[in-house]
Amino acid sequence: MTRDARRKLLSRLFVGACALAVLLALIPLAFVLFFVVSQGIQALSVTFFTHMPVPVGETGGGMLNSIVGTLILTGLAAAMAIPIGVISGIYMSEYPGTRFTSAVRFAADTLNGVPSIVIGVFAYGVAVLPFKQFSALAGGLALGIMMIPIIARTTEELLLLVPGAMREGALALGATRARAVFTVIVPSALPGIITGVVLALARVAGETAPLLFTSFNNRFFTSHLTQPISSITVQVFTYAISPYEDWHRQAWAGALVLVTFVLVCSLLARFATARVARLRGQ
Amino acid sequence: MATPPAPAVKLPALKPASRTGDHDPGQVKIAVDGLSFFYGEKRALHDISIRIHPNLVTAFIGPSGCGKSTFLRTLNRMNDIVPGARVEGKVRIDGDDIYADAVDPVALRRRVGMVFQKSNPFPKSIFENVAYGLRINGMARDRAELTGRVEESLRQAALWDEVKDRLHESALAMSGGQQQRLCIARALAVRPDILLMDEPASALDPIATQRIEELVYDLKKSYTIVIVTHNMQQAARVSDYTAFFWLGKLVEYDRTDKMFTAPAEKLTEDYVTGRFG
Repeated sequence: MTRDARRKLLSRLFVGACALAVLLALIPLAFVLFFVVSQGIQALSVTFFTHMPVPVGETGGGMLNSIVGTLILTGLAAAMAIPIGVISGIYMSEYPGTRFTSAVRFAADTLNGVPSIVIGVFAYGVAVLPFKQFSALAGGLALGIMMIPIIARTTEELLLLVPGAMREGALALGATRARAVFTVIVPSALPGIITGVVLALARVAGETAPLLFTSFNNRFFTSHLTQPISSITVQVFTYAISPYEDWHRQAWAGALVLVTFVLVCSLLARFATARVARLRGQ
Repeated sequence: MATPPAPAVKLPALKPASRTGDHDPGQVKIAVDGLSFFYGEKRALHDISIRIHPNLVTAFIGPSGCGKSTFLRTLNRMNDIVPGARVEGKVRIDGDDIYADAVDPVALRRRVGMVFQKSNPFPKSIFENVAYGLRINGMARDRAELTGRVEESLRQAALWDEVKDRLHESALAMSGGQQQRLCIARALAVRPDILLMDEPASALDPIATQRIEELVYDLKKSYTIVIVTHNMQQAARVSDYTAFFWLGKLVEYDRTDKMFTAPAEKLTEDYVTGRFG
């Protein structure tokens, strides 16, 4: 074999090995999706979205309270985390070299790595114990704390990608620094920031641990923020560890709804990015 | 217009007249005396003194890294945003020291517009790009005035006919030359006295470049224009005065025709004849 042929063969072998590795990585994902869809689809019906759970022994029923609960909890988390996260991100990108920024960045990265159960314990300590009451607010707080570092870091990274020429262009027209940031720099990075926010939402919507002892669970429908509230994840957990066949089916359906929610979020994020990119003529 | 007093700076080695443009009897728009500029420890400009005349085009030429862009950016204090930047000496526009404590750089930049080397339209519509400066400075009382000034600026930049039917489309969908003229329109909209142009045509094809040059020629009726260029033919074509910078120093400054035919300095001659740089 010539030297050249050997090189080509080696190159093909490596490309093949890489493809194989990708395939191996995708297999678990494919299995998870396959089982969630095939099992979940059986119990999924319109009733699942419009009806309350039924007692053990009866078939049917839905997760209306849990679906609404998850929407309320993620809504609370977003209301808290989006302003704080985005503004922290702006600060870090505007004052990149300072010691305070390094500290904030380090804190955000650390917070991002804290196990979610620990964040749940924290929310339990500050928002449940003092009031002797599980509540949607406590659950929203826990999820919000998890979202802040994700949003802050994404915002920072994306703002740093905006070309300096944009800032100079605005300043040269007589804009103040704050004006340039809010009218030119942030809008330039907005599609990316929106994507980051949506992905953060999808991430916390799938959390169970921080909700176990903050929002707890609720057999009944509620929209009171000071009451315990159900969520899809906790409900799936409750059903899955129960000994009843009916509940297992409901758990699969709940899991399917969650996976779909995450998928829709990702698609929305992509759609928003593509749409804004088109508006910008790219 | 107030004419500032003659500079009290030492101009060793080189001929004072050829260095500062004092030989010109005309009016002075920008008077720079003994200006030095530092990036931290590094000295980028050495003791520059120059007189720039109103309603004329002044070109800054010189090899890369000679400080011509840095000098341009001291004239509207764009260098203020560079960390560790420090300016010594005086820059006066219409007799007012622009580095005085009372001067707000934001207000200064409204009077001294700037166009950059790489066109930098905002990711907004064509209309909103031109309207941006008017909006942030509160320069239009109502929608009609805003629309009027946007049209006027686009006409001045010779862009109106090309974009009047798609004002609300994205500016980033325009060609490179159109984007650069949009940036000129955007700068003109806030009605500056002075327009600083930092190699405005260096990224454009010859036809787009020609349009920019024609535009510069038209605009000098209403504005004082300072243009940095790498291209010596361009300096010869568009400018009335030319300043040659080398290693952070102003080597020679004179009427463009004289600079290109009978420069006083050997260095200038070598540069304009293409012997180096």
